[in-house]
Amino acid sequence: MTEQHAHEEHGMSNAGYVRIALILAAITALEVSTYYVDFGPLFMPALMVMMVVKFVMVVSYFMHLKFDKRVFSVMFYAGLFLAIFVYAVALSSFKFFIA
Amino acid sequence: MAELVQEHGAQHGSTGISNAKLGMWLFLGSECLLFGGLISTYMLYRGRVGDGPTPMQIFDIPFTSVSSFVLLMSSLTMVLAVSAATKADDRSTELWLTVTALLGATFVGGQVYEFTAFYNEGLGFSTSLFASSFYVLTGFHGVHVTVGIIMLFALVAMIKRNRIPGSKSETVEMIGLYWHFVDIVWIVIFTLIYLIPV
Repeated sequence: MTEQHAHEEHGMSNAGYVRIALILAAITALEVSTYYVDFGPLFMPALMVMMVVKFVMVVSYFMHLKFDKRVFSVMFYAGLFLAIFVYAVALSSFKFFIA
Repeated sequence: MAELVQEHGAQHGSTGISNAKLGMWLFLGSECLLFGGLISTYMLYRGRVGDGPTPMQIFDIPFTSVSSFVLLMSSLTMVLAVSAATKADDRSTELWLTVTALLGATFVGGQVYEFTAFYNEGLGFSTSLFASSFYVLTGFHGVHVTVGIIMLFALVAMIKRNRIPGSKSETVEMIGLYWHFVDIVWIVIFTLIYLIPV
């Protein structure tokens, strides 16, 4: 496999990376706007969705996880979900015992 | 070892997966647990301000937004460096790596300025549980960015002297993975710590 072939396997051109960066910048601007504009009950869900979208875009496109071998996704997301699960349980137990 | 193959200097096991890449993804998975713990601790203590200032009194959202934007753009320059390295374009690789390191240094400089401003406004490390958990979380992240900057400058120097053992593009990609990870951690910190009011 040549280096050029390896690049093609990743499936994105430089223009594609710039497009992703522009989308990320636009989402960041939207996130910051929630601090100044009253989004009402949509505030928290909108912020969470934007954070997750940015996270997944960087991991999938910039870190090439979308185009790479599945085992890397399994390793990374296993660590991530284990972290979310462990700390969600820990935080809820604090809430439980304090209440 | 018969099963071990060399492909452009990168070592692969019988599965065809690069050992270095496998190790890096495992490391990043474990880093999720480290930052998960620090973020959870902050979420638990962010309301415990004692006599000190509250997060909403001291956070400078426009300033931190610019810092976040700078770090986000450093991810773009990093991926452009990886792309150039894959095409064996050393000059562009060095250029984009240097730009990435400078953007990272701008972010760290902003963090030092922010910490100094907070300290002058009465938020010392031991002022409150909020202060301690905030400084530990963002400080740990800042140290990660600083380590990344050192690795980027070292990588530029090694490319210039042609001293990279094994695959050049894979080495750049490994540093790139670490850099993007630092960026995604900040994406979470910026939203959960700065944008959600206590």
